[in-house]
Amino acid sequence: MNLLRILVALFAAFIAVSPASTLAGDGGRAAGPAIEIANPGKCVAPVEEMRRNHMEMLKHQRDRSLRQGIRGEPASLNACIECHASKKTGSVLGKGDFCESCHAYAAVKLDCFECHQPRAGFKATGVKP
Amino acid sequence: MTAPQSPDNNPRRAFIAAAGAGVAGLGFTVIAPGLHLMAVASDANAASAATEARKAGTAASPAVRWGLLIDANKCAPGCTKCVDACHTENGVSEKLPDPRQNSQWIRKIELVDKRNGRVTQLPMMCQHCANPPCVDVCPTGASMKRADGIVLVDRHTCIGCRYCMMACPYKARSFVHAPLHDQNPDVPRGQGCVESCTLCVHRVDKGQQPACVESCPEGAMMFGDLFDPGSAIARRIASVPTTQVRADLRLNPGVRYQGI
Amino acid sequence: MSTSKLRNEEGRFYLLAAIGGLVAAIGIAAALYMEHEGHVVTGMNNQFVWGLPHVVSIFLIIAASGVLNVASMGSVFGRALYKSRAPLSGLLGIAMMTGGLAVIMLDLGRADRGIVAATHVNLTSVFGWNMILYPVFYGLVAVYLWTLMERRMNPWSKAAGLATFVWRVVLTSGTGSIFAFLVARQAYGTALLAPMFIVMSFAWGLAVFIPVQAAMYASSGTTLPPLVHQRMKNLLATFIAAVLYLTAVLHLANAYFAKNIAFETFILFDSEFAGMFWIGQVLIGSLLPLALLFHPATGTRTLWVNVAALLVIVGAYFHLYVFIIGGQAFPLDIFPGYDVKSSFMDGAVDHYAASLPEILLSLGGLGIAFMITLIGVRALTFLPHDDVAKLEAAGAD
Repeated sequence: MNLLRILVALFAAFIAVSPASTLAGDGGRAAGPAIEIANPGKCVAPVEEMRRNHMEMLKHQRDRSLRQGIRGEPASLNACIECHASKKTGSVLGKGDFCESCHAYAAVKLDCFECHQPRAGFKATGVKP
Repeated sequence: MTAPQSPDNNPRRAFIAAAGAGVAGLGFTVIAPGLHLMAVASDANAASAATEARKAGTAASPAVRWGLLIDANKCAPGCTKCVDACHTENGVSEKLPDPRQNSQWIRKIELVDKRNGRVTQLPMMCQHCANPPCVDVCPTGASMKRADGIVLVDRHTCIGCRYCMMACPYKARSFVHAPLHDQNPDVPRGQGCVESCTLCVHRVDKGQQPACVESCPEGAMMFGDLFDPGSAIARRIASVPTTQVRADLRLNPGVRYQGI
Repeated sequence: MSTSKLRNEEGRFYLLAAIGGLVAAIGIAAALYMEHEGHVVTGMNNQFVWGLPHVVSIFLIIAASGVLNVASMGSVFGRALYKSRAPLSGLLGIAMMTGGLAVIMLDLGRADRGIVAATHVNLTSVFGWNMILYPVFYGLVAVYLWTLMERRMNPWSKAAGLATFVWRVVLTSGTGSIFAFLVARQAYGTALLAPMFIVMSFAWGLAVFIPVQAAMYASSGTTLPPLVHQRMKNLLATFIAAVLYLTAVLHLANAYFAKNIAFETFILFDSEFAGMFWIGQVLIGSLLPLALLFHPATGTRTLWVNVAALLVIVGAYFHLYVFIIGGQAFPLDIFPGYDVKSSFMDGAVDHYAASLPEILLSLGGLGIAFMITLIGVRALTFLPHDDVAKLEAAGAD
């Protein structure tokens, strides 16, 4: 029993000190998120900056566009979706899709798509009253 | 009743000046104080369109106040084209078992005058008040009025307390009672937040008219800038008697009615 | 005390804790279910914006601030009888406030955004004020309890009690103002609601305090001095009468305005709420308790005073149900002078029926308040100790 405990502790310590592998499954020891970028190189900012700051960019843009009515800014969620929606599912939210894969990997809750449409080019229809 | 006046004598000029100041950095030329190249284009379009697209990167201007004028005499009984158009444009498609739980951005109301039995129809929606009670009561400031008078809900900070729905005299607000999946990309809306007519803000910012206005086969709805004395809507309000619903509350709604 | 008796007491505590905990847990589970499915699983809709959870939580919040009145009578107005009851009154205040706030927060459409509610405060909103009023209430009551229960802090109890008293008056005014500030609805929108909610809180808070105190004495095997009971009963009767008076003023004033006659006819005579008003709120909640408290055969008996207090609580729920649900059942008068109809209940009287999840959530709030009281009473000394001889010497107060 004690031996088991020591083994578990050792394993935990090993995980704690091992270097964090980089994202995007570039051969690190831990499994990374599988990101497939359909249109590489056309992003509004370099990849490193997007990875770190996309949430801040979206947050500031959302406040400006909703509260002040400023339109056509580069950091637009719809523009992200148009570019990054997967060819297979048409969405950024399906299993392994652009937003989902990273957020599932990092265990960060996504709150955008409670309200926003995750599918590119989606056209909503209404109902008669 | 007349349109509320803006502090500037010529609100259109003020609007353009504000817009021009905002886009100066984008390469617009100032010809003379108060006169911009943009002015030429906008005046050319003024006759056909009620509004022009705001340039990318500029904020909504307080020199503009968007509003609607609805002629109840022209509104046809049984016609729901404005409601259908609104629901299509804004992706309002849920059909819950209890119809009172569905969102009602716009609804047709039939009025029967108690004194003489005269029957009138009209569409009812958010009245985009200048003094909106929903904005006053919102605990988080999610319920807000944009500089150009459009009353909106910021769903990023709405906690779904429904106090605004209690406060609204027009029953214009709805609470989203179930998860949504088929939103229009331009019209985000979701479970647990309150919502209402946005005056099709995503279309207005592109220089288009609200979907309901465009859809009305009778031409009963007119959209425009109440602050611009030269706009069709302001001219009509200046020349025919119009009504604000619940005018006794002094909320100064941006939606006016004719024929009630 | 014998060992077996101690064991009995212990067993009873764990039994009660298990029941209270279960009710609270079921309530929280119901809230999670509502959160996941959306409010489609409730009886609330775009006509009945607020429902049973709001009735229960507003009762708990009003009674929470009102029960503190017992403490204020002691610390602020120097009444010895009430002073020994101040700690229990503080505990009940915190317990009911927590239960009430839990229900109202868990009913939010986005209950996960508590942090948004706490960090974005709109000061023109009465709800916005509440984001400040409620946390400070907790802080003040906690400090007040500390000054009462820690002997070295005793000298500060009067100051802390005064601050708590002032704050709870503001807080209850805030609760009343939630409705007082609604310009559009016939049922609300009058400044009278702020003082009325304060008087309601006096009555309902005391009505909760009396039976809780009785239960504590009974479970500890001691008896409450009849003198104490007598004085509290007189106070309760005064508050009941005051609420009844303000209710009459509210409805008479409303009925005097031609624009509100239709609503008054509806709520008082011509709806499902008329019975709740006359039988529930007026008869069961006011007249019957007054008769029980003043009748010589019942007013002197502990049992009947407790029954009267419990009837006041039942009447309070009828009162808030008629006020909150009844006020929303009547159509908004958007076009005065017209008969109106639409696809959205314009011009039509509506009916609300609470669904199981919202009933469970509401009961859960009561469970939370019960649990906090139970654990507090067990862990610390809240049972009042009276010096009866001194009280009698002090005369009627």
